[in-house]
Amino acid sequence: MKIVLQNLTKKFPNRNKKNRSEIIAVNDFTFEVPDGSLVGLLGPSGCGKSTTLNLICGLEKPSSGKIFFGEEDVTNLPPENRGVGMVFQNYALYPHLTVEQNILFPLQNLKGKEKLSKQEMQKRVQEAARLVQIEELMERRPGELSGGQQQRVAIARALVKMPRVLLLDEPLSNLDARLRLQTREEIRKIQRATGITTIFVTHDQEEAMSISDQIVVMKDGVIQQIGRPQEVYDHPDNLFVAKFLGTPPVNVFDGTVRSGVLYIGDDPVCPAPGIPDQEVTAGIRPEGFLLQEDGPFHCRLVGVEVMGRDISIVCTNSAARTGQIRAIVGASHAAGVTMPSGSDIRFSVKPEKAAIFSRESEERF
Amino acid sequence: MEKQLEYNKIQKSAKLHRTLRNIVTYALLTFWALVVLFPFYWMLLTSVKSYSSYNAEYIPSFFTLSPTLQNYKDAFTSVPLGKYLGNTVIFAVVTTAVMVVVITLSAFAFARLKFRGRSLVFTLFLSLMMIPNELVVITNFVTITNMDLRNTFTGLILPSVTSVFYIYLLKENFEQVPDELYRAAKVDGTSDLKYLCKVLIPICRPTLITIIILKIIECWNSYVWPRLITDDPNYYLVSNGIQEIRENGFGRENIPAMMAAVVVISVPLIVLFLIFRKKIMAGVARGGTKG
Amino acid sequence: MEKKNLKAWLYLLPALLFLGAFMVYPLIDVFIYSFEEGYNFASQTYSGVGIYNYSYVLHDPYFLQAVKNTFLLVIITVPLSTGLALLISVGLSSIKPLKELYQTIYFLPYVTNTLAVGLVFMVLFKKTPYTDGLVNLFLSWFGAGPVDFIDGPYWAKMFVLCFYTIWIVLPFKILILTSALASVKEDYYKAAKVDGTSRLRIFTKITLPMISPMIFYLVITGFIGAFKAYSDSVALFGTDLNAAGMNTIVGYVYDMLYGDSGGYPSYASAAAIILFAIVLTITCINLLVSRKHVHYE
Repeated sequence: MKIVLQNLTKKFPNRNKKNRSEIIAVNDFTFEVPDGSLVGLLGPSGCGKSTTLNLICGLEKPSSGKIFFGEEDVTNLPPENRGVGMVFQNYALYPHLTVEQNILFPLQNLKGKEKLSKQEMQKRVQEAARLVQIEELMERRPGELSGGQQQRVAIARALVKMPRVLLLDEPLSNLDARLRLQTREEIRKIQRATGITTIFVTHDQEEAMSISDQIVVMKDGVIQQIGRPQEVYDHPDNLFVAKFLGTPPVNVFDGTVRSGVLYIGDDPVCPAPGIPDQEVTAGIRPEGFLLQEDGPFHCRLVGVEVMGRDISIVCTNSAARTGQIRAIVGASHAAGVTMPSGSDIRFSVKPEKAAIFSRESEERF
Repeated sequence: MEKQLEYNKIQKSAKLHRTLRNIVTYALLTFWALVVLFPFYWMLLTSVKSYSSYNAEYIPSFFTLSPTLQNYKDAFTSVPLGKYLGNTVIFAVVTTAVMVVVITLSAFAFARLKFRGRSLVFTLFLSLMMIPNELVVITNFVTITNMDLRNTFTGLILPSVTSVFYIYLLKENFEQVPDELYRAAKVDGTSDLKYLCKVLIPICRPTLITIIILKIIECWNSYVWPRLITDDPNYYLVSNGIQEIRENGFGRENIPAMMAAVVVISVPLIVLFLIFRKKIMAGVARGGTKG
Repeated sequence: MEKKNLKAWLYLLPALLFLGAFMVYPLIDVFIYSFEEGYNFASQTYSGVGIYNYSYVLHDPYFLQAVKNTFLLVIITVPLSTGLALLISVGLSSIKPLKELYQTIYFLPYVTNTLAVGLVFMVLFKKTPYTDGLVNLFLSWFGAGPVDFIDGPYWAKMFVLCFYTIWIVLPFKILILTSALASVKEDYYKAAKVDGTSRLRIFTKITLPMISPMIFYLVITGFIGAFKAYSDSVALFGTDLNAAGMNTIVGYVYDMLYGDSGGYPSYASAAAIILFAIVLTITCINLLVSRKHVHYE
């Protein structure tokens, strides 16, 4: 089932009495989720991603715009008629019901011709439980489960009614770091196995990049960029996207373009073909630096942090927005970095890891 | 397309249901609000009807065109309503003041001082919460009578200057204040009493205020003990006063004057409530019960 | 260490003194009184020790009437007031405009003087030679005849007493239930809505179990409170409750102690202890029932 959002907008009345203007949580959102794909809505908190999710599942009504599931217009349909499964951030498992009763709950709501027999319900519950591997927990109550187990139960409850669309709100935020890795793989596996079109919301870029077919980066209710994770990472449309994706974050410099070459300070760092001469903002990924004795880019060494396979070289450059920059190079290349801190260090820059943005609009050229 | 029509139908019926539900909800809520408010309206209304016009109404009328304040004058002159009010104020203020001192001291001891048998004594205190007033009132009545304290403020006040529940409430609140503050005060050479007055009490002021308000309400409305311990109208509190007025004052049937007295008695608490509404409701929600 | 101990006890001293004199000692004493036969209040002497006081109280028609009244009051008002409070709280939690106003109004009876407002209720319900009273006016609109609710038939008096009791206890229950309802996390309702749960099912399967501890707390305190009813009755029917036939157990205790029929602390003690035993038994039964039906986190 593909999902189409068409000029979707959601405004909330401002609760602040002095400022009566409306808050626009989602602004003119147009976007198509292909059938069977896993899409991550990504952005800092307050960017409208949860509101978007609520609009898709029907808990909120859009101020304008339309939502289609396949060819059907579901914009004004109440949530129960949309056929969506939702996993909440805190799972929202009913604490007074056992795991089995929790999973059974949505099925017992079905009425009329959709009503299932007892055996059918039982079968569906068992299937869902098997899918998320919680068969041995069926008699427990949510309070007796670990965070990861509760998460699975919540997914099973969302899947049991065979939804057309699965929505996950910050599915991993309540898990510890180790479980997070494991669970995100599992979500990916379950999504593949069921083939249900899935949208999830997260503020963690790594999480979104690692499992999504597509990511949607949002800021202040506006879509910044849509695309495959690698594509968005490599070709950010604007400075915000570049800064939001990647750890350690991208290094941002004040630079100038002169006759097709990007200068940072007085150093000609890399070619900038087709960009007219002007002041620009340049972003260079940490892995975009190469240690090179006669490289064009001069920095002052602060220190070296060993991270195992790679090392990270911390230096200063007066043109860097944050003062400090961070370059990540393979450990073997770095063997030569033995000079004391404060000495000069030189890099060359991989052009494909550098992005040049307009100083004013912060859009990429 | 057919499905779309069906969706429209679902949508419409959902909207209708919502509207209907809202109407029923508001109707129910308004009905009960009227039931609650009506006695207050009636007492206000009756209190401004003149004696003769009230008695002339075989069918009670819902408003009056010639309001009079005569009944209020009567309430203060022909029965000692002012005396009752004064007594109640004295009773409420003194009881509350003494109680606050007593409970603050013991809550502090339980919360901050380490001594042998602390948890045992505290458990005993808590178990006292379960004892119904009715069981102990009998002996207290005998005790106060034997001490010759009937018809005195001392006799009225003494048995109600401690409350295990408030000690418990305050102790919990004291314990929420970080230990570091106490240790810092100790390092600075602050005495326990000074720490209590200068640090704990200011920090826990909201709880103390809640306790004070709840206790004043309790005092204002107390009836049973004052009734047992006073038979001299000079020491009547408002509850006993109103009962006295009902049975002997105003020549029995002067309902408007009675209602004026009821208004005078009710207004102070209602004003107090409207001022401290949030505090009172939060305090009661935390475990108060009526009486 | 010794000094520290001493200081702590010094802080506790006032509370210990008052509690000892007016809570602990009376508690022991009341049992002693209840077994002292033929106690004379004036001379403070008694003739023997035994269970005569209990047997006297249990055979006293006034006491039996009081027990009957109290039980009726409990059985009628506890379920009715809890149910009504639940209904109102649910309504209250489902609205936004005017919510605070309604909440404030509903709480008013809590801060009123029971005796004073009871007088208003008496005026509203009473039928006198001069007027049938307001409630009878309402009744006449529906073609029902005038009834004297204050001095008339037993059921009418019971009705007023129950009505007034509910009016008085409702603020507390509404307050507790509204905050219990507000504490149920919004996510549960959202989840249920996405799953297409009907409103009735949301209420019975999610809301009720989640607030069941609070409902149960209200039932227990409601039972205890209703068993101790007294001043509501006085407010409506005057101090001579035995004559009105509307006495309660607590009223019986006080009447035995003081007033025209008073001067018998032994009988009063016996009656108070019987009341305490009843309340304790009912509370235990309640606790047992709740084990099965109440969900605790």
